Amino acid sequence: MGKTIAEKILSKKSGQDVYANDLVVAKVDFRMGQDGTSPLAIRSFEEMGGERVAEPESCAFVIDHSAPSPLEGVSALHKLMRDFARKNKMILYDVGEGVCHQLLPEKGHVGPGSLVIGADSHTCTYGALNAFATGVGSTDLAAAMISGKMWFKVPETVKFVCHGRLPFGVYSKDLILYLIGQVGADGATYMSAEFTGEAISALSVEARFTISNMAVEMGAKVGLMEADEKVWEWVRRHSSGKFEGVKPDPDACYARILEYDVSGLEPQVAKPHRVDNVAPVSEVAGTPIHQAVLGTCTNGRLEDLRIAASILRGRKVHPDVRLIVAPASRQVFLDAMDEGIIQELVRAGAAVVTPGCGPCVGTHNGIPSDGENVISTANRNFKGRMANNKAFIYLASPATVAASAITGVITDPREYLPREGL
Amino acid sequence: MELRGRAHKFGDDVNTDYIISGKYKFKTLDMKELAKHVMEDLDPDFAKKVQPGDFVVAGRNFGCGSSREQAPLALLNAGVSAVLASSFARIFYRNAINTGLPVVECDTSEIESGDELIVDLEKGLIRNITRNKEIAIKPLPPFMLKILRDGGLVAHFRKYGTFNLG
Repeated sequence: MGKTIAEKILSKKSGQDVYANDLVVAKVDFRMGQDGTSPLAIRSFEEMGGERVAEPESCAFVIDHSAPSPLEGVSALHKLMRDFARKNKMILYDVGEGVCHQLLPEKGHVGPGSLVIGADSHTCTYGALNAFATGVGSTDLAAAMISGKMWFKVPETVKFVCHGRLPFGVYSKDLILYLIGQVGADGATYMSAEFTGEAISALSVEARFTISNMAVEMGAKVGLMEADEKVWEWVRRHSSGKFEGVKPDPDACYARILEYDVSGLEPQVAKPHRVDNVAPVSEVAGTPIHQAVLGTCTNGRLEDLRIAASILRGRKVHPDVRLIVAPASRQVFLDAMDEGIIQELVRAGAAVVTPGCGPCVGTHNGIPSDGENVISTANRNFKGRMANNKAFIYLASPATVAASAITGVITDPREYLPREGL
Repeated sequence: MELRGRAHKFGDDVNTDYIISGKYKFKTLDMKELAKHVMEDLDPDFAKKVQPGDFVVAGRNFGCGSSREQAPLALLNAGVSAVLASSFARIFYRNAINTGLPVVECDTSEIESGDELIVDLEKGLIRNITRNKEIAIKPLPPFMLKILRDGGLVAHFRKYGTFNLG
């Protein structure tokens, strides 16, 4: 019987011939923890009697969620991570390097066919590079640090076939929001989501990261795509690793196959307080906003900043709005400066913060006030997500966020995008 | 082994930001401190109301959202002895087993807040004493059952030094 991408990768890494619902223990190619999860992982590691980290050159700690530290308690946890990483000769990405899910691909640690675990739910991001990458908790990370392995239940797969092309002003963020709205927050629970079709192939690799990043928001374990020439070109530019692409067999068994024609899609918005509470932007246009956020592991990359800059060029952020910009990494920040993008955003009125998670998870860099509406390129809008349970978060594409920052209300970006290109 | 306590009923899609807000979980590793804030954004009095041995009972997709293990740990430290739900999100499910918090998949539609329940994990059965009803439990996958029986993943690793799930 043919295999899905997930079945093939887990078969290879476990050395067994496995299919959906089988349980395996497999060797993991890369492990990662961030500053919310690594301190607990260190504690579990010590309680387990761990003495050394197995293959530390393929294990990274990233300080990104509260970077730089806003509180003494957080600083103590950061110090714990630094000391542990140095003692165990692990990779450490410290304050200012960027978000874990930008760094792992950018620094060449993951690629096609990799099996990756990260103590962060958006680890599924690297599925866009054809990697089986999934989020785990701190104790699982500790176990993987000691043993180099992890146990997995081989997931069933739901295939999303996206026909057509995304129209002008509609981006991969709009597509994934639309799909999550269609299947619901538990529409793909425990499953591998495979994203395929001409609409996906037409996307740049950066745009594909946005889609895989949000696979977890429909409950999926991984958000997989195939490695085409665009992926290989991206991987060659960023990595010297040896990777092997994995395609699904034509006779692979899928639990569900869902097909969509995306050519008529509008920009989408996830309304408070659920990620699957998705509507076309026209339904919420005119809603006043107080803070706009451009950044995060979902949409903090160079292309995202470029699109936003194309809208904000020569215009100003509305006087009643704060626009917070968090480049996804130091390299993105540098590249954006080279292109003059950061300067354009700042001239328009943006407040640029340290490459990292920014205000997404409520630790710092822009906690909203009571009754405020935030429009954000992030991936979650649960009540209290940004540390104020009396604020309201709308999720959208960088274009929609930028246009809304200008007008002060949720705005369809197509009126503001330059037609001739960026 | 029987667990006995009162049910505290919640709805669908209770995410890990509701279980323990991000603003607390980044600040400290003191789980007793986090336990004071558990479920705060859904029910500000929950942490005070919950008695040791009580159950959190929910609908679909319990524990969706972030991977942070502070969610099951905060529940455990607040005295919750098990979570019963019609379905769980996967990372929370794993984390609960790893930390020794039993996660019980069953039909929770006829359990209400205040019901007294006896949960028998070995027999795979829940008795709702208040409503005189029995509910079957969906069995755990074998790997997870082994970890839970060992007392969680830390205990498992102390015992075997690695994964021993065969």
